[in-house]
Amino acid sequence: MSTPSDVLVVGASAAGLATAEALRRKGFTGGLTLLGDELHAPYDRPPLSKQVLAGAWEPERALLRGQEVLDALDAGFVLGDPAASLDVATRSVRTASGKVLRADAVVVATGVRPRVLPDQAGLSGVHVLRSLGDALALRADLLTATRLVVVGDGVLGAEVASTACGLGLDVTLAGPQQAPLAAQFGPLVSDLLGQVHAERGVRLRLGAAVLGLAGRDGRVTGVRLDTGEVLPADVVVVALGAIPNTDWLVDSGLKVDNGVVCDAGCRAADGVYAVGDVARWHHEGLGTLLRLENRTNATEQAAVVADNILGVRRSYVPVPYFWTDQFDVKLQIHGVLPADAEVSVVDGDVAARRFVALYERDGEAVGVLGWNMPKQARQLRQRVLGQLRDFTGAHVTAVEVEKADF
Amino acid sequence: MKVSVDEDKCCGAGSCVLAAPDVFDQRDEDGIVVLLDAEPGEHLHTAVREAADVCPAAAIMLADRT
Repeated sequence: MSTPSDVLVVGASAAGLATAEALRRKGFTGGLTLLGDELHAPYDRPPLSKQVLAGAWEPERALLRGQEVLDALDAGFVLGDPAASLDVATRSVRTASGKVLRADAVVVATGVRPRVLPDQAGLSGVHVLRSLGDALALRADLLTATRLVVVGDGVLGAEVASTACGLGLDVTLAGPQQAPLAAQFGPLVSDLLGQVHAERGVRLRLGAAVLGLAGRDGRVTGVRLDTGEVLPADVVVVALGAIPNTDWLVDSGLKVDNGVVCDAGCRAADGVYAVGDVARWHHEGLGTLLRLENRTNATEQAAVVADNILGVRRSYVPVPYFWTDQFDVKLQIHGVLPADAEVSVVDGDVAARRFVALYERDGEAVGVLGWNMPKQARQLRQRVLGQLRDFTGAHVTAVEVEKADF
Repeated sequence: MKVSVDEDKCCGAGSCVLAAPDVFDQRDEDGIVVLLDAEPGEHLHTAVREAADVCPAAAIMLADRT
C-alpha cells in the first residue's frame, strides 16, 4: 500500500496521541486529525487515581502535552464529539454531532470504559474512575465523606484505597481474592502489599464476593457481600475492570470480539488499524489474540501502527510492563507473573521492603517485579526477558499475560 | 535541542533509558530519571524524541524539537 495522504485517529487519549506523534516522528507529512469524545486536550490516566485524586496536582498537570507541543504536531483536533459509526469501505467516520470525517487510513483508539455493578445506576455516591471528570467528581465526594468502600481488589482499587486513606478517610477494600492483586503478583508480594494496606489503616474485607449495593433515598449506604454482610459506606468506588469501547463499530463490518480484532501488525481491515486498550491483536510470540490495558502498551503499539500505516510491515510483540504506586510502595512489573511461577528474591531484601523478585517457570525467567527498586527491576528485564518475545518457549498463555496486565 | 525532565512526574519505568541510554539514566535509590545530557548531539535527536514520546508519565520535555 502506498503511504496514505491523510490519517484519522479516533480517540484522543494516550494511544491516539502517541500514534499521531509516532507518525510525525517517522516523517509523515500528510493530513492528521484526532477525534476525541471529551473536550479536554489529551491527558494521562495513571495520575488520576493518585496525584489528581489526592489533590496534589491541579488537573492541568495531567495533560500529556503543552499547547505548544500539540500545535507543533500540526494535527486537527475535533474534541467533545464521540465517534458514532465507521464505514470501512470508504474509511469515513460519522460523529455524534453528525460530522463525517474521511481519511486514507483510520486508527481506532477508543479505549475502554469501566465495568459497573448492575444496581449502581441512579444511586449517588457511587463512582467509577476512568476519566478526569470521574476523578474530580470522586474527589469532591470524598472531601465530605467519612467512609469509603472500594469494590475491586486489582490495581485501580488498591490505588484508590491508598489515596483515599491518605485523605483521611475510613477505607474498606472489598474483593474476592485473599490479598490485593493476588492474581497478578502471587502470594509473596500480594500478602506483603495487603500488610502495607492494613498497617496504614485500610480495612481489608477480602475473600468475599460483592453482590451489589445498598441505598436509601437515592444515595448509597453500603456494599452487600455474599456472606450477608453489608459494609457501610458514604461513598463507593467500583473498580471491576473495563470493557472495550466498540459499540460504535457494531455495523462497521470490523470483527469485534473483546476488542477490535487485528492481525500481527494491528491492522483490522484495509486502511483500518486499532491501538491501545481497545486493540486485540495477533501476538506472534503467543500465537494467539491478546489485548493489553497497560500504559506503555499505548505508546509501544502506536509506534508499530505508525510503521504499518507508512508501509513498513512490522509485527507487535511487546514485553508487557506496568507499574503501580500505593502508599510509599512503587511496584514495577516487567513480563508475566504466572500463578504457578517459582518466585525468588534476587536483589534487595523483603524485610527491608526494597527488593526485586524474579518469576520463573520451567527454569526460565518470565517476569520481574521491583518493590521500591525500579532501576534494578528494569535492568533485570533487559537481561532476562528477551526470551519473552517468544512466549511459546516460556509456556506462557494469553490468559496469563492478560491477567498480569493492569 | 534542549531536554528537561520533570522528576515529580517520573514514574520510574525506565522507558527513556531503553530508548536513549546516552541521554537518560535512573537513580539507583528510587528509579527517578537522571538527565545525563541536556543538550544532546544531533545523532541522538531521533532517540531522544522517541524517549520523550514513549515516556509513560509525559515527564520529558524538549525545546527546539526540530
